[in-house]
Amino acid sequence: MTDAFSLDGYDVPFTGGQTILQAALAARRYIPHLCYHPAFRPHGSCKVCTVKVNGRTVASCTTPARAGDEVESESPEIRDLRRNLVQFLFVEGNHFCPSCEQSGQCMLQAVAYDLGVTRLHYTQMFPDRPIDASHPEVLLDFNRCILCELCVRASAEVDGKSVFALSGRGIRKHLIVNAESGRLADTNLAVTDAAVSVCPVGVILRKRRGFAAPIGQRRYDPKPIRAMDEPADGEEG
Amino acid sequence: MSSSLEKASAPAQLRRIVIEPVSRVEGHGKVTILLDDQRRVHQVRLHIVEFRGFERFIQGRPYWEVPVMVQRLCGICPVSHHLAASKALDGVVGARTLTPTAEKVRRLMHYGQILQSHALHFFHLASPDLLFGFDSDPARRNVVGVLAAHPDLARQGILLRKFGQEIICVTAGKRVHGTGSVPGGVNKSVSRAERDELRRPLGDVLGWAEGAVQLVTDLYERDRARWDRFGAARAGFLSLVGQGGALDLYDGVLRARDQDGNILFDGVAPEQYQERIKENVRSWSYMKFPFLAALGPEAGSYKVGPLARLQNCDFIDTPRAEAARQRFVAGGIIHAPLAYHRARLIELLHAAEVIERLLADDDLSGDRLVTSGPRASSGVGILEAPRGTLIHHYDVAANDLVTMCNLIVSTTHNNGAMHEAIREVARQELDGREPTEGLLNHIEVAIRAFDPCLSCATHALGKMALFVEVLDAGGAPVAQLSRSGS
Repeated sequence: MTDAFSLDGYDVPFTGGQTILQAALAARRYIPHLCYHPAFRPHGSCKVCTVKVNGRTVASCTTPARAGDEVESESPEIRDLRRNLVQFLFVEGNHFCPSCEQSGQCMLQAVAYDLGVTRLHYTQMFPDRPIDASHPEVLLDFNRCILCELCVRASAEVDGKSVFALSGRGIRKHLIVNAESGRLADTNLAVTDAAVSVCPVGVILRKRRGFAAPIGQRRYDPKPIRAMDEPADGEEG
Repeated sequence: MSSSLEKASAPAQLRRIVIEPVSRVEGHGKVTILLDDQRRVHQVRLHIVEFRGFERFIQGRPYWEVPVMVQRLCGICPVSHHLAASKALDGVVGARTLTPTAEKVRRLMHYGQILQSHALHFFHLASPDLLFGFDSDPARRNVVGVLAAHPDLARQGILLRKFGQEIICVTAGKRVHGTGSVPGGVNKSVSRAERDELRRPLGDVLGWAEGAVQLVTDLYERDRARWDRFGAARAGFLSLVGQGGALDLYDGVLRARDQDGNILFDGVAPEQYQERIKENVRSWSYMKFPFLAALGPEAGSYKVGPLARLQNCDFIDTPRAEAARQRFVAGGIIHAPLAYHRARLIELLHAAEVIERLLADDDLSGDRLVTSGPRASSGVGILEAPRGTLIHHYDVAANDLVTMCNLIVSTTHNNGAMHEAIREVARQELDGREPTEGLLNHIEVAIRAFDPCLSCATHALGKMALFVEVLDAGGAPVAQLSRSGS
């Protein structure tokens, strides 16, 4: 007999070692998330996948599934909490979806739509984050960084390069590159690196490719993120 | 009465009348009129009170983002900015000649935009004045009044606009603020199924467009003397012309005429626009005052848009619009602002004919979408937007970021001519009379004829002339700060 937990009243089966988020996605029960990616060890930093397990709030991407648990994900309380987290992310950076080349392909935007974010609610901080256009093939637009560390993990674990890291603490935490000059051109990043294609938002961009996908054919155009047959970024269901 | 009406000699003693906001135009503006005790007009100014600043904040962005970002300066003519930016950046990516598919998809998008914008302007914004009278009951003098009194006509206007927007949606991906045009080409073609769908209402569209030309001609014939005289002020003309001097709203070379219709220059490549057009500024407006360099800042103001285009070109290459154009220009050079309405609807008919021709062209459904060539550090894109000549100019560094942006928007070209038109109306209609709502609407009627897009027209941060005066509590000057414009 397969073990199962209850997610908003639905039985979700799981196998040994799976987290709540992994089991839910495998069962086609969507839990909004940003810093989780199936290719990498769960990170638990963005907290957008927060659920209540037996009345206690936890990050579902790092919490092991346990038989018989009562997991609450789609309640108004949890959705409000997630919406607040996503609104924080928007005001902490400079996210201008109308002219962003990742509009329609951006997980932050897709999750915001899913959570019904229609306004930012909080005062925008408008940080000053210059673009790094020094690399011949890759552009870094730090304005859109959500500190998910997927590029950090991909560069270290897949590319074996450690091109990216986070520096600073608290509200001053920011993405840096591994070069004395601080310029991407002075790192050993190659356009074919996994770190270049893993960004869920619009920070790490292949140059001169923007807007190649017409409206209607972008990743999240066909259906909302929670209804996608194939999870984004090669996530395994 | 001052002859120029730009600056009253003693403004503090005059009565100030303000029309704010100017209604039934795109964007926000106001008109100030200074009158003396005898109601003589001393000063008339159109102020553009909003500021957009796109020229500055486009700097430092990657060039491929520009066509999508810069179109956000307008919700009515975004396609024009989307395409003008793309054309400028074609030069940067070395796309000297686009693929036939890209060129025709862009043209289709552009003529769809011309059609929807012209329909919007005539049926929704201008027709209440023309159908009911300039000083008719303001409660009725609006699009709701047109819907009540002329439901079939209003319906045609709505459906014409809808058709243009459908074309934009198919080519750009959205009815407003799409992404279809990219540096070097387009990101999608138009499928045969999409073409078939768009062709279906074409018969009606062409019929309604011809009906609109007839309607405005009838309105003109009924009151010719007034239409010819109202706000008429002489100025030169500027527009692109296409192959052999044809009307071409998407591409071509610059041609200008003086106020008598003599050609001042012709065959000027877009890249040379700065040699022919200079810009002046005034301390009281965010909108610049361009002028033809050959004529100087005082005499060099000029008109752009439908009235200029139909008189600047040698012919229109679609038969129904050309027949209408020949009747339109038969009487000689026209400076009357109200003639813009007649010219605009002839262009609407032309746009419908071009769309019909393009939708029959299999190149629209091709699969070669983008081209490129040797990289350049600068690009200029010019097209004829619904309201007139639109110039986008960008410098792009080797790292792909924009370092300079210059936009000369259609409405800006018309700034001087619009001022002359409203000053002429003030002389003709207001001077010596008590200004009523109806009379003041005459000023707005003259502005509306140009179909200005005020939100598009103010972008140059740090270039405007500035005068700051600090006064003490008694009104005496304490300090002054001034900067001349550049």
